[in-house]
Amino acid sequence: MTRDEAFHQFLLRMGDNTLILGHRVSEWCGLAPVLEEDIALANTALDLIGQTQMWLGLAGEIDGGKSADDLAFLRDAWDFRNVLLVEVPNGDFGRTLMRQFLFDAWHSIMLGRLIKSSDNRVAAIAAKASKEVAYHLERSGDTVVGLGDGTEESHARMQEALDYLWPYVGEMFASDDVDAEMVKAGIAPNPADLRAEYDALVGRVLTEATLTIPESRFAHKGGRDGRMHTEHLGHLLTQMQWLQRAYPGATW
Amino acid sequence: MYAQMVKTTGTGVKSRDEMTDQERAFQDKIDADIKIEPKDWMPDDYRATLIRQIGQHAHSEIVGQLPEGNWITRAPTLERKAILLAKVQDEAGHGLYLYCAAETLGISRDEITEMLLDGRMKYSSIFNYPTLNWADIGAIGWLVDGAAIMNQVPLQRTSYGPYSRAMIRICKEESFHQRQGYDAIRKMAEGTPEQRRMAQDALNRFWFPSLMMFGPSDKESVHSAQSMAWKIKINTNDELRQKFVDQTVPQAEYLGLTIPDPDLKWNEERGHYDFSEPDWSEFFDVIKGNGPCNTDRLAARNKAWDDGKWVRDGMLAHARKKRARNLAAE
Repeated sequence: MTRDEAFHQFLLRMGDNTLILGHRVSEWCGLAPVLEEDIALANTALDLIGQTQMWLGLAGEIDGGKSADDLAFLRDAWDFRNVLLVEVPNGDFGRTLMRQFLFDAWHSIMLGRLIKSSDNRVAAIAAKASKEVAYHLERSGDTVVGLGDGTEESHARMQEALDYLWPYVGEMFASDDVDAEMVKAGIAPNPADLRAEYDALVGRVLTEATLTIPESRFAHKGGRDGRMHTEHLGHLLTQMQWLQRAYPGATW
Repeated sequence: MYAQMVKTTGTGVKSRDEMTDQERAFQDKIDADIKIEPKDWMPDDYRATLIRQIGQHAHSEIVGQLPEGNWITRAPTLERKAILLAKVQDEAGHGLYLYCAAETLGISRDEITEMLLDGRMKYSSIFNYPTLNWADIGAIGWLVDGAAIMNQVPLQRTSYGPYSRAMIRICKEESFHQRQGYDAIRKMAEGTPEQRRMAQDALNRFWFPSLMMFGPSDKESVHSAQSMAWKIKINTNDELRQKFVDQTVPQAEYLGLTIPDPDLKWNEERGHYDFSEPDWSEFFDVIKGNGPCNTDRLAARNKAWDDGKWVRDGMLAHARKKRARNLAAE
């Protein structure tokens, strides 16, 4: 694998994570439990789509001048490089916010490292995105604490969400040849090296939320290398890509 | 313009002789363009009418998220998806300012929400129409927000201070909404034959419902007269509808789209376009709950509210626990 190929894969991983999660969050439009949450969910989705434009824009430049839209709307599931965590369905509000928290915690740590990337373009995107993600993390963390330490029902639902999502956490810290190449070039950190900081952060919040982290460290994998996505991704793409697929060549 | 058929409670406009001293002083303030503020004395009917009007407007912003949300997940580019998300976020924000304005009149957000959910209060008839193709999103910005702006710009001068201030903020964002809508539909009107077909189809379906947004003709309406005397309403429905048609026809011509009204023509003498009235029987059907989407829209809002109960209860319980812990620590 050349350095460019690895860099391309790395950018797809970043951009596909934000694209797919942004899409999932946007599914909540108009249906949140309270008006402030409608606003916050739309705002989060908007930030994530904006970040997607930057990551996939850069990936497209490297990939022979493709646009971010080409990459978002014209690839099939096997070419997506997002972690499985972001493609699982929203479930109830608790699961959506738990997923957001588990991702935000990783995202904020990752972006913190990428600010120091040897590639100026990556550093610039990370600098902009990390400001937004700091807010995402504050909000999702507060919500997880509020609902975990709320009523008996909200506690039970949040524990259930954590139990369901925890097996998807490990993939964010998997490392392969792409990561090794990025570490060598000084572009990105080794994901495995972020785990201790992540466990400390997540542990602190979940303790305050009176929730119990499952003991198993088992991790579903297959998203970030595209080997095996969940069944859910195809349905998501069917909807997201429909207009571009049905009317090829049209501009919007 | 999300308030239609807002009935004024009371018996109509009183003459100065019929007014009590308090009522006269109140009317003098309004006539002098002095804003009425929450702690000021106001007639009960003024308060009740405002709650209805502001509430209906707020509910429209909230329900209005649904037809647009219908396309967020299918927006054709990342840029369009981002713009639509920003717009829907603004609308939820408008709902929030307006519910806050209503709260200053003594009705809580939960109470007024319940009134939407059980059908005691209405939202604009326009949101009971479906969004069937992507050009509908452009048409909503261009026509629906365009019609809304017609009414909301004058309402920035409305007599009730909190409502007027909410309108000033809302109008700034609405004009961005209208421009993005026009831009989206322009792109399609200039696009492939299929895209032109979508654009024309959207205009065909949204034209008359947009004209209905201004409400039926208010000639001789007691309710309108009272609302205008109180400066809760600034222009008549017919004035606003005419202004909207005059503004929109050249825009449609520029796009090369056809307004679905064979009787539409420029009247040199009046200096306005003549146009056909919408089918008012359809309008009253929609108001009564028989529009294409009434049942689904209200069901979606009710489901969101019911499904979210555990979340609201949980957050509230947590806030109480936290307060108790803080008190104990003091």
